[in-house]
Amino acid sequence: MRAFTQHQGIVAPMDRSNVDTDMIIPKQFLKSIKRTGFGPNLFDELRYLNEGQPDQDCSKRPINPDFVLNQERYKNASVLLARRNFGCGSSREHAPWALDDFGFRVIIAPSFADIFYNNCFKNGLLPIVLEEVIVDRLFQESEANVGYQLTVDLTAQTVITPSGESFSFEVDDFRRHCLLNGLDDIGVTLEDADAIRTYEDARRKTAPWLFNAGN
Amino acid sequence: MAGKTLYDKLWDDHLVKQRDDGSALIYIDRQLLHEVTSPQAFEGLRLAKRKPWRIDANVATPDHNVPTTDRASGIDGIVDPVSRTQVETLDNNCDEFGILEFKIKDQRQGIVHVIGPEQGVTLPGMSVVCGDSHTSTHGAFGCLAHGIGTSEVEHVLATQCLVQKKMKNMLVKVNGKLGKGVTGKDVVLAIIGKIGTAGGTGYAIEFGGDAIQSLSMEGRMTICNMAIEGGARVGMVGVDDTTIEYVKGRPFSPKGETWYKAVEYWRTLHSDSDAVFDKVVELDGSAIKPQVSWGTSPEMVTGVDGSVPDPVKENDPIKREGIERALKYMGLQPNQKITDIKLDRVFIGSCTNSRIEDLREAAAVVKGRKVASSLKQAMVVPGSGLVKVQAEQEGLDKIFIEAGLEWRDPGCSMCLAMNADKLGQGEHCASTSNRNFEGRQGFGGRTHLVSPAMAAAAAIKGHFVDVRELMN
Ligand code: SF4
Repeated sequence: MRAFTQHQGIVAPMDRSNVDTDMIIPKQFLKSIKRTGFGPNLFDELRYLNEGQPDQDCSKRPINPDFVLNQERYKNASVLLARRNFGCGSSREHAPWALDDFGFRVIIAPSFADIFYNNCFKNGLLPIVLEEVIVDRLFQESEANVGYQLTVDLTAQTVITPSGESFSFEVDDFRRHCLLNGLDDIGVTLEDADAIRTYEDARRKTAPWLFNAGN
Repeated sequence: MAGKTLYDKLWDDHLVKQRDDGSALIYIDRQLLHEVTSPQAFEGLRLAKRKPWRIDANVATPDHNVPTTDRASGIDGIVDPVSRTQVETLDNNCDEFGILEFKIKDQRQGIVHVIGPEQGVTLPGMSVVCGDSHTSTHGAFGCLAHGIGTSEVEHVLATQCLVQKKMKNMLVKVNGKLGKGVTGKDVVLAIIGKIGTAGGTGYAIEFGGDAIQSLSMEGRMTICNMAIEGGARVGMVGVDDTTIEYVKGRPFSPKGETWYKAVEYWRTLHSDSDAVFDKVVELDGSAIKPQVSWGTSPEMVTGVDGSVPDPVKENDPIKREGIERALKYMGLQPNQKITDIKLDRVFIGSCTNSRIEDLREAAAVVKGRKVASSLKQAMVVPGSGLVKVQAEQEGLDKIFIEAGLEWRDPGCSMCLAMNADKLGQGEHCASTSNRNFEGRQGFGGRTHLVSPAMAAAAAIKGHFVDVRELMN
């Protein structure tokens, strides 16, 4: 996995609460058996005016000029600013894959849905929870200033504004450790293979039916 | 010391290792696999040259992409080549690793969350995961069950474990007796309407109280299924006689001596009477009416006798904006009566409501009646091949067909419209599924979530109607 230590980038404000994963990447694109190539279809139904199909050349589709990511100033955004309960709905990891493929590295919101939040970390994407009042302010500042950038430092657990103001955020130690070092967490778990076997052996004795499917 | 909640017990029984940083390794007894969220996991396993830890813990079936007609042609019946590749990829992966799969032509094929319990592949007290958020369904059996992403599917394949942090405990208690025509679906929609779509975030929800206890396993599964729509990854109901009766004699249930040993353990799977929850929410079950969702989020729901809200009356600016946006998308007016919403299609199916009891409830309403001529389509999609067979043995198929509903083959179908079954732009659908997000059932489609009985009643009238009026 790609490591994440520090990132500075343009902020795109997406002023909408309860953004669900169907919205982030609609189902017709889930038919792919790859992890890449979802970027052009990120927020497909909001971004384009017609219905998208897999394997289509999106550069020729009519775009929705009102949608935030279609505005010139946000084209190279890598920090997504969002509202409450971002990423609710389906567990599709295609949602973080699409955000990543578009170029996002950080998502800031007052709250995230659990599964989506977890899926982000598995893909080197950092979801940051900040208080609603702070998020409100970041919305105002990023909308008022073209080219507005934020700096995110995972080591120090801070978000720093262009004026130098700094907000700290929480993140689990284990997730932070994996992200900072770009660790493959399967590898980390397998270091405990003995503990897993010990558990299995004990469980096999107390609950044998869990190991004898169809006995 | 205070007693333990059901979730505490399940957590403790699956704890492999508690790490110093607060994370824990949790053992997974059962992983269910389907074609959409597994290909990249198998690919990752191969790339890292890893092997599945325990083959027999996995069970697979294709469900999201399968067509609901012409099942006899098997994979060749999937017209869309991309969908076909995905189903073939699942078959190949399961064949390669020796994983049990109910393939497209197998009578046991169906929606993962329907076939797990049906086969006894889901047993009380198990930890169950699947790359699908509605895995919470299996919590109805007193399981620790939740959806995971594809990276975690790979993690479970490779290690039989997940890295987890313990969630908080929430009890949703539904007291009293449910009224006539009020089902598990109405209960869970009412709960989501009350706690909101983020109300359960960070919590494992246990559903309890008389109204829940009186429900069949089908009803409990419907409720746990939609825990995720209330923001909770885990929804659970404690084990009781109803649970054990359901599990008995299923193909993968324990037999003989082991059965008694299992039952003895399962009987302990409920919250202790002195267990402490971080949060308790109570509802009066007798006050719940048949529910209909009017907006683009499952919390945007009201009783069938209610009206579409007026955004002007909402004080929270973010919520107000959400209501305005939803009304625009849904093509509804503020204060419009729910019963005035006209429908284009009706869909009875999905992992929320496609079990035999759901089909019986719908059939009881349409029996001897005809679908409104204003409807473009009304379809019934059983949750599994075995549900279909049973329904046909009971003659439900004939009741549906005579009333003018289509009788289809099992799969996810119009719940998310990954196959050919979908809504056209602007069409309103009474749907027994679980999500009414924009575009969920087709580009520009408008979904209203209801119970099977309410969907059946809507099919007869062509607009929403209180099913209780048709029940006398
Ligand atoms: S029926 Fe719908 S919600 Fe259930 S697994 Fe299939 S697509 Fe997901």
